[in-house]
Amino acid sequence: MCLAVPVLVVKRHDGEDAIIDAGGVRKQVSLALVPEAREGDYVIVHVGYAIGRLDPDEALKTLALFAGMEPAA
Amino acid sequence: MKHVDEFRDGRLARVLADRIARAVEPGRHYRFMEFCGGHTHAISRYGVTDLLPASIETVHGPGCPVCVLPIGRIDNAIALARERGAILCTYADTMRVPAARGSSLAKAKAAGADVRMVYSAADALRVARENPAREVVFLAIGFETTTPPTAHAILEADRAGLANFSVFCNHVVTPAAIANILESPQVRGIGTVPLDGFVGPAHVSCVIGSQPYEFFAEEYAKPVVIAGFEPLDVMQAVLMLVEQVNDGRHEVENEFARAVTREGNAKAKALVAEVFELRRSFEWRGLGEVPYSALRIKARYERFDAEKRYDIVYRPVLDNKACECGAILRGAKRPKDCKAFGTVCTPENPLGSCMVSSEGACAAYYAYGRFRDREAA
Ligand code: SF4
Repeated sequence: MCLAVPVLVVKRHDGEDAIIDAGGVRKQVSLALVPEAREGDYVIVHVGYAIGRLDPDEALKTLALFAGMEPAA
Repeated sequence: MKHVDEFRDGRLARVLADRIARAVEPGRHYRFMEFCGGHTHAISRYGVTDLLPASIETVHGPGCPVCVLPIGRIDNAIALARERGAILCTYADTMRVPAARGSSLAKAKAAGADVRMVYSAADALRVARENPAREVVFLAIGFETTTPPTAHAILEADRAGLANFSVFCNHVVTPAAIANILESPQVRGIGTVPLDGFVGPAHVSCVIGSQPYEFFAEEYAKPVVIAGFEPLDVMQAVLMLVEQVNDGRHEVENEFARAVTREGNAKAKALVAEVFELRRSFEWRGLGEVPYSALRIKARYERFDAEKRYDIVYRPVLDNKACECGAILRGAKRPKDCKAFGTVCTPENPLGSCMVSSEGACAAYYAYGRFRDREAA
């Protein structure tokens, strides 16, 4: 139950709910715990609730780290 | 998929494997425990161990919420549905956890109890709204990732004045469990489980941040590297752990900076603090009683507390004698050390809880056949 991948916020509804896209599968989730999430953000969803936002800059830095490169400033 | 595929890239995996192979010091043995079932799953599924030098051993920890739920609590939940006539809502993974006398929630359901599988705590609330004449209990389990949603559901029920909804709270907290492993006699005493470091939880850390691990990295002098759940994340974390061990450092490092900050998710933490407080002690399947390791609902919200509402009395139940889950959850044994593994105990017919969820060590070994590879090697 802990296996979750980052998903894209496609549409925010009024209130706390949003539609997300997980590799083509759309689903409704709650953004109650990540109210700052916007459409176009990637969030990590657990049991129907987004629990955190993904930082795309940090993702790039980590990928650079794997390749043994100096992280881009 | 974006933010997924890049972290599973086979070419980069070989680059990382090469760097790990160069980093390990000859004659040195490294034992790292991945606390989370999510990491156990990734390691088995992608064959990460096959890419690591023989001197690095991955030890599976107790971070699978389904695996650590004690039998007696499942028995309590079954009784709520069977004897109290409640609608019992729970996550899919909990349904097949073996309870006492060969029972489970799935079997209770088949026998007529009103047990319903829900995808989220919000769904359980919906069931309560749709069935005003019935009592609805949400069997809440899990670590810090599932706790904020449960807190949110309780606050919503409070706001809406839902009188027929309650929560049977079994939420546990991660740092206490890691400390327990470090203090268990197997680890501290004769040293049969010498651990050199921890791969720290991914999603749990999104919520609690990296800060809570600082205490025991210092106290127990063990490095911790928080890692994402993709195979390259795990490999990078292993490399960082090897470097810390070589340098004699024991720090908290964060490989999963794309989702984890030092402070974590402030909103989620605030909801949890509003609704829950620590229990003095809680029994974990496999670890026994662990002090200050679980949460209960605060008095302010006690009308949503199923334990109070139904006077639930917990009775510990011993695991099946053949099952080695306890030792496996502490990292003292591996699934293949269990005689029942793959014979009497399979995912279709689990004898112990480690075989139920795909994050359980036994289920992960079984599903991806890694145990066979290692035996053949
Ligand atoms: S194989 Fe089954 S019986 Fe053996 S330790 Fe794992 S879950 Fe328990």
